[in-house]
Amino acid sequence: MRSLIDILELTVGEIDELIETACDIIEHPAKYKDACRGKKLATLFFEPSTRTRLSFEAAMYELGGNVLGFSEAQSSSASKGESVADTVKVVSCYADIIAMRHPKEGAPLVASMKADVPVINGGDGGHNHPTQTLADLLTIRREKGRFENLVIGLCGDLKFGRTVHSLIAAMSRYEGVKFVLISPEELKLPGYVKRDILKKGGVEYLETTDLERVMPELDVLYMTRVQKERFFNEEEYVRLKDSYVLTPEKLRAAQETLSILHPLPRVNEISVAVDDDPRASYFRQALNGKYMRMALILKLLEVSA
Amino acid sequence: MNIDAIRNGIVIDHIRAGGGMEIYRLLNLEALDCSVALIKNVQSAKMGRKDIIKIDRTLDVDLDALGYIDPDITINLIRDGELIEKHHPELPDRITNIIRCKNPRCITTTEQELKQVFKLTDRKERVYRCIYCEARAK
Repeated sequence: MRSLIDILELTVGEIDELIETACDIIEHPAKYKDACRGKKLATLFFEPSTRTRLSFEAAMYELGGNVLGFSEAQSSSASKGESVADTVKVVSCYADIIAMRHPKEGAPLVASMKADVPVINGGDGGHNHPTQTLADLLTIRREKGRFENLVIGLCGDLKFGRTVHSLIAAMSRYEGVKFVLISPEELKLPGYVKRDILKKGGVEYLETTDLERVMPELDVLYMTRVQKERFFNEEEYVRLKDSYVLTPEKLRAAQETLSILHPLPRVNEISVAVDDDPRASYFRQALNGKYMRMALILKLLEVSA
Repeated sequence: MNIDAIRNGIVIDHIRAGGGMEIYRLLNLEALDCSVALIKNVQSAKMGRKDIIKIDRTLDVDLDALGYIDPDITINLIRDGELIEKHHPELPDRITNIIRCKNPRCITTTEQELKQVFKLTDRKERVYRCIYCEARAK
């Protein structure tokens, strides 16, 4: 039995397989509509997340399965002080697979060590969010047609942005990828990510505070939100939240083939006026997330269409 | 300063100067009722200065824990006044319940009776990270 806690637990080959399955689901949805008939997914969300939870639930319904669970800690036994270990042991009695989000980093790993069914990490604090990375990867593959030889701009909160760290880890495994890291000084990519992933892997990268200057170079621009919940200090959040706002004016210098990604939700870091630009890929990215979650559920439950 | 030689016991040698007390506490030596000597700042040709601990009794020592705290130490086992074994602990791949994760967002801060496990992620730099949240051990 296998779980998915960290994107790097998947080999490049396994990611290719998931992408292949997701593409097949997109082309032949009817083939998969009963693939998980009689199976149940438990969504244990100890922290609210509309999009990730709904995406998991939609994925399971489209595979013909059922869903049970809770969407905040207050409506679970965690509010009575129950441990993660006990919760998942009990849920293992009722469900075939678990998707979990938890504010504490490492909680899904603890769950996977204790549960009798596969556990998918749906985000643990500022740590990992592998299914977001799967959504990002399918989007890059579908929009650009390849992973190799791409210049990927990452903009905004690169310090606390877990999706950024996971995407860097996943994309660093492909040939010829270059990262352009665009952030205010205070939200720069942590030294250990640069050292352990980029420098160790010999991956080319550039750090800058100036989005407009590097815009023409980019094949992909991954925007992020400065997340209020990652700050202990409100003042610091307010000071940094408007560091970068993507507007149609700033996009004038960009390539015609640029793809703009964002893990969503956005606050104001992408102007609504950008949404109609064909280069805006973020809503397609949210849809891709559902297909990759479907592919992942099939893989972890070891069922096929 | 003269410290009697021991007949059956352990000599922990080549402890980084000033590190003896940490090892003394880690091995819970204050609980022993036999003779225990902690000798600080001994002249050493190799290290300049070093600490030494002599324990006049045989006991199981946690080599992983010692390897984490000071991988350069030497553990000498003495039987009938003779040196019978010498160990050089290696930096262990994993350490359990020796240090605690300091990340306030880590699940170890709230989950009941969860083991504190750290893994070695960079042998050269001696970096350990919490297996749950991957925060670097301090």
